[in-house]
Formats: sequence, C-alpha cells, structure tokens
Amino acid sequence: MKRSREPIIWVLFGGGGMASALFLPVLILVLFIALPLGWVQSAPIDDLQWLVRHPLTRLGLIVFVMLCLFHWAHRFRYTLYDGLQLSHLNEVIAVLMYGMAMVGTVVGAYLIWGVG
Amino acid sequence: MNPGYRLYYPRWYRKRVPIFWWLHKRSYAVFIARELTSVFVVYAVAVVVALVLTLNKGEPAWEAAMSRLSHPLVITAHVLVLFVILFHTITWLNLAPMAIVVKLGDRKVPPTAVLIGHYGAWFACSVVVAWLLLWR
Repeated sequence: MKRSREPIIWVLFGGGGMASALFLPVLILVLFIALPLGWVQSAPIDDLQWLVRHPLTRLGLIVFVMLCLFHWAHRFRYTLYDGLQLSHLNEVIAVLMYGMAMVGTVVGAYLIWGVG
Repeated sequence: MNPGYRLYYPRWYRKRVPIFWWLHKRSYAVFIARELTSVFVVYAVAVVVALVLTLNKGEPAWEAAMSRLSHPLVITAHVLVLFVILFHTITWLNLAPMAIVVKLGDRKVPPTAVLIGHYGAWFACSVVVAWLLLWR
C-alpha cells in the first residue's frame, strides 16, 4: 500500500498555522506600525543586527518562513478546490501550491542565511 | 452487450454550483475568509524577511525603510493586515482544544485549560518578541 503524504503536509500546515498565530500579530504591530509611527523606540541598531545575524535566529526564521508558506499552500489549495469549484484539477493545484511553497522556502532560506 | 453499441448511456447527475456559493451564508463566508487569511500570512512573512535583509544593510537603509512604512496609506493597509492576522490567530487558537486532547496520566485535561494555555503561549511569545525588538 502506498503511504499517504497527508500527515507530513498536515504537520507543516498545523505548525505554520500555530507559528503565524503566535508570532505574526506582535511582529506586525511592532515592526509595521509602532516603530514606523515612532510610538516606541527600537533596541539599538547594533543589537538588532546582532540578533538577526545570530545563527539560531536565522535558523528559527527559516523554519518560520517554511511553516508559514506550507500553511498558505495547504489553505489556498482547499480554497481553490472549494471556493472556485476546481476539485477536478486536484493534482495540478497540489503540485503547484506545494511547489511554490518549496521554492519560496529555498529562496527565503538562501536570503536569510546570507545575513551576517 | 458490446459497449460500443450503447450510444446513449445516462450521464452522472451533478448539480451545478455557482462559484460564489459561499457568499449566501454567513458561516460559509467566514470559512472562506479564514482560508484567505493565509495570503496575508505570506505577505506579512515576506515583509518581515525584507526588513531583516534591510537591517543587515545598516542603519541608513533601516531608517529609509521605516520612513517608507510610515506613509499613511501603508499604515492603513498594515492596520488592515493586523486585523486579518488577529482573525486568523483567534480562530486558530479557539480551535486548539478541539484539535488537541491532552492527557495527564489517565485524566483528560479540560478543553478550557488547553484554550487558556494557548492564549498564554500567545501572550508569552508576544512579550518575548517585543522585548527582543525594543529592549535597550
């Protein structure tokens, strides 16, 4: 019997849903809104650079990007099936969505690892 | 009988469903809206990565990025993004007790405790990230 890949995909989807749920609100609030508007002052730029250049931060960010992209791929796949009635394109859409998530992960990992 | 002779076999009966079927009922629309939050997740992650790369380039690039982000239209868009992501976070965390059944020994942890635990984790993650970014 062929083993299903569904559990792996589900772990990536669930991990991405959880990671984005826990971390994105604060990142958006601080980085996209509070800092640009000057509501708060950031840590000294040297400290922030040290932080993003630290191997553990970079590794964490890469995992975060990967999980979020696969979360998107999984949700968007079913939106296309159910929302747009495209269930007959099942395989094409699955390959396309997870393929895009993989490419995005590789590009993101390359860029993030290049920091520092 | 030779199947080649059967010219008129019955087709499957499938009811046509309109593309915007999910607009007719509130709960369906909420379902699709929740699915679409994933697009905003990708957008937010992309901007975070771009900011990390900018930070690496040095202070002038970082300041320039911050001033671009402070444009009223960009801020308005990002407030909208924040609300969409909050919708994702809240619906996601509220589902956790249904998806995760925690057992301690042979006793089941009550769903409310699982829920409170997840909101606690959200709070803790937010505090740690804010502290890392703002502490001086």
